[in-house]
Amino acid sequence: MIVSDARRSEGQTIALEVHDLTVAYRDKPVIWGVDFALPERQLAAIVGPNGAGKSTLLKTIMGLITAASGQVRVYDQPLEAVRKEVAYVPQRESVDWDFPTNVLDVVMMGRYGQMGLFSRPGKADREAAMSALEKVGMAEFAKRQISQLSGGQQQRIFLARALAQEARLYLMDEPFAGVDAATEAAILELLQSLRAEGRTVLVVHHDLQTVADYFDYVLMINMRLIADGRMEETFTTENLQKTYGGRLNLLSEVAHLATRHSHILQAEKKPE
Amino acid sequence: MMNELLDFILLREANTRYVVAGTVLLGLTAGMLGSFTVLRRRALLGDAIAHAVLPGVCLAFMFTGTKDPFILLVGALISGGLATFFMDVVQRNTKLPPDVVLALVLSVFFGIGIFLLTMIQQSGMAAQTGLDKFLFGQAASMMGRDVVLFGLIGGSVLFILFIFFNPLKLISFDPAFASSVGFHVFRYDALLTALLVAAITVGIQAVGVVLMAALLVTPAVAARYWTEDLRVMMWLAGAFGALSGWLGAFASYYIPGLPTGPCVVVATTFIFATSMFFAPERGVMARWLRHRQTGRRIMRENVLKTLYQLHEEVPEKQLFTLHDISEKRFFVPQELALCLRRLVKEGYVRQAERGYLFQQKGWEEAIRITRLHRLWEVYLAEHLAFPDDHVHADAEAMEHMITPELEEKLRQTLNHPLHDPHASPIPYNNSASTST
Ligand SMILES: Nc1ncnc2c1ncn2[C@@H]1O[C@H](COP(=O)(O)OP(=O)(O)OP(=O)(O)O)[C@@H](O)[C@H]1O
Ligand SMILES: [Mg+2]
Repeated sequence: MIVSDARRSEGQTIALEVHDLTVAYRDKPVIWGVDFALPERQLAAIVGPNGAGKSTLLKTIMGLITAASGQVRVYDQPLEAVRKEVAYVPQRESVDWDFPTNVLDVVMMGRYGQMGLFSRPGKADREAAMSALEKVGMAEFAKRQISQLSGGQQQRIFLARALAQEARLYLMDEPFAGVDAATEAAILELLQSLRAEGRTVLVVHHDLQTVADYFDYVLMINMRLIADGRMEETFTTENLQKTYGGRLNLLSEVAHLATRHSHILQAEKKPE
Repeated sequence: MMNELLDFILLREANTRYVVAGTVLLGLTAGMLGSFTVLRRRALLGDAIAHAVLPGVCLAFMFTGTKDPFILLVGALISGGLATFFMDVVQRNTKLPPDVVLALVLSVFFGIGIFLLTMIQQSGMAAQTGLDKFLFGQAASMMGRDVVLFGLIGGSVLFILFIFFNPLKLISFDPAFASSVGFHVFRYDALLTALLVAAITVGIQAVGVVLMAALLVTPAVAARYWTEDLRVMMWLAGAFGALSGWLGAFASYYIPGLPTGPCVVVATTFIFATSMFFAPERGVMARWLRHRQTGRRIMRENVLKTLYQLHEEVPEKQLFTLHDISEKRFFVPQELALCLRRLVKEGYVRQAERGYLFQQKGWEEAIRITRLHRLWEVYLAEHLAFPDDHVHADAEAMEHMITPELEEKLRQTLNHPLHDPHASPIPYNNSASTST
């Protein structure tokens, strides 16, 4: 798929450009020829079924996985040149939360890229970390052990760590997964304020009910890029059918709603 | 005998000083380094490398014919390095899972090592005796020169650990994020492996290749029980390692011919077991006590709630018999009797001749727990659209967990409802006790 020249010439700065990206684990390709250009100052969603390659796409953009072919450019430069401008929020389940450290320490990790190897965090770093914690409403948890956090709190800590990076482009893998309604609203507000500050946010999102409300821009992926563009034109029933195939039926939507509720229950049940 | 003991403890002899310094330093290094390898989930790697240094030691001896520790160390380093190189190559080029690769390299290298060791012992080479101490360690054989050498290597390992503390911590906690901010995770993994090879090389004379891994893993795991801070964990693991090393050296010094390795393992295991059982918060005992306490609290709340419901049914009734209670709700009879005895002792209820009466404290608690139960039912029914006949079971569990802050939020969200979904009144007034 070739990005139309018309879109490139709209005069918008492109924050992230992905050219014909193909990624394989061992010999099995999991994303094929993905090609898009994401304009800056957007809240963009990546949607697609489980195993569609959404996480793989983010990891490849960040250089965590080497692509079989293709190219990634961030603000028209190779990633290495602008790494400090890009922040990545992994899926919450990807780490062991029983690690011996506290909340502030984890958020401080967002400063390591800026700090350099051997220096200790300075005053500016600590202030950036604290203000990131405040933005996610977790300031009073700064000294809390991370093993004592609920799922929604873990998610907010990961977001705070990314905020502490003070990047221009944010890539987030399912930041809304398993959080209660209040946290979801808080996270959304945060993303919107990032956009208002001129940053670009690309988020893997699973809740088809809310995609259109939350985001301006959408990438629809199922091993290939099915469609990309502004939400109104792109997020159509036809594209949804193409992306999810037969999987988008009533049953899966019901199952989806049920899991949402169980998350709320779990979040509430967690004793403070 | 007493005198020998004092000799050792007070470091009266020069050789004792070397042995103690060597083993303590080794334990410290291994414990601190082990904290990272355990958290990075590389615990088995240490074991594999330790076994893999044996052929290097043997070959170094065969080629040079001396037992000069420096030469043997070089052999060990080469052999350990080669083993990690093989693991890497095999891992990259096959689809074998990592544990299989570790087991493979460990057994192949160790097998070759034993083969060479047997050859040496049968060859009748001069000074051959004593090479087998590298299997299980012989701390008492350490000399001043060895200790200086070990000290240099151990000190360098610690120095590097401190310099790279931040990146090592980051790659242990979240490797994906670490590479996303530009840290080369595989380089730090390689660094950790190199440090492991160095620490193990230092350890083989004192502890031996077979049991060296115990000193790398056990102190770190034991330390984890006591703290939630990586720095504290490192120091504690270092201290545990040093203590184990000292105890091992002592045993081997005191009972000539007793290998050090097994003594060190016994010591670390004892420290580990103590930590596992008695550490506050994370220890087995603490957990068990917490568990029991929660169980008792839930039981208490359930019994009080049952009393409240009995009172609600027949408001004139003040005195409740065991029979009344078990009619209303099933309790295991012995547990109920025990719980009531505790309730009396703690002043929740009073025991009269033919039953139990509420005390003020018990009355308030009964009201509170009934209220939480019913508030939660309202919340489920109104906000999460649970059918009315499905809310009870969930509320049974939630009533025991709701904190005062959460209750306040619930009350506000629900706008102080008067009745639960089954139309029972929600009690708010704490002082309406009729019994006191
Ligand atoms: N480390 C790996 N090794 C081999 N295959 C992998 C690996 N990680 C992912 N895959 C495969 O790649 C495909 C895409 O995985 P990916 O995690 O990117 O999907 P996803 O869209 O993020 O799914 P989800 O919605 O479940 O998070 C899947 O088929 C998965 O099985
Ligand atoms: Mg994923």
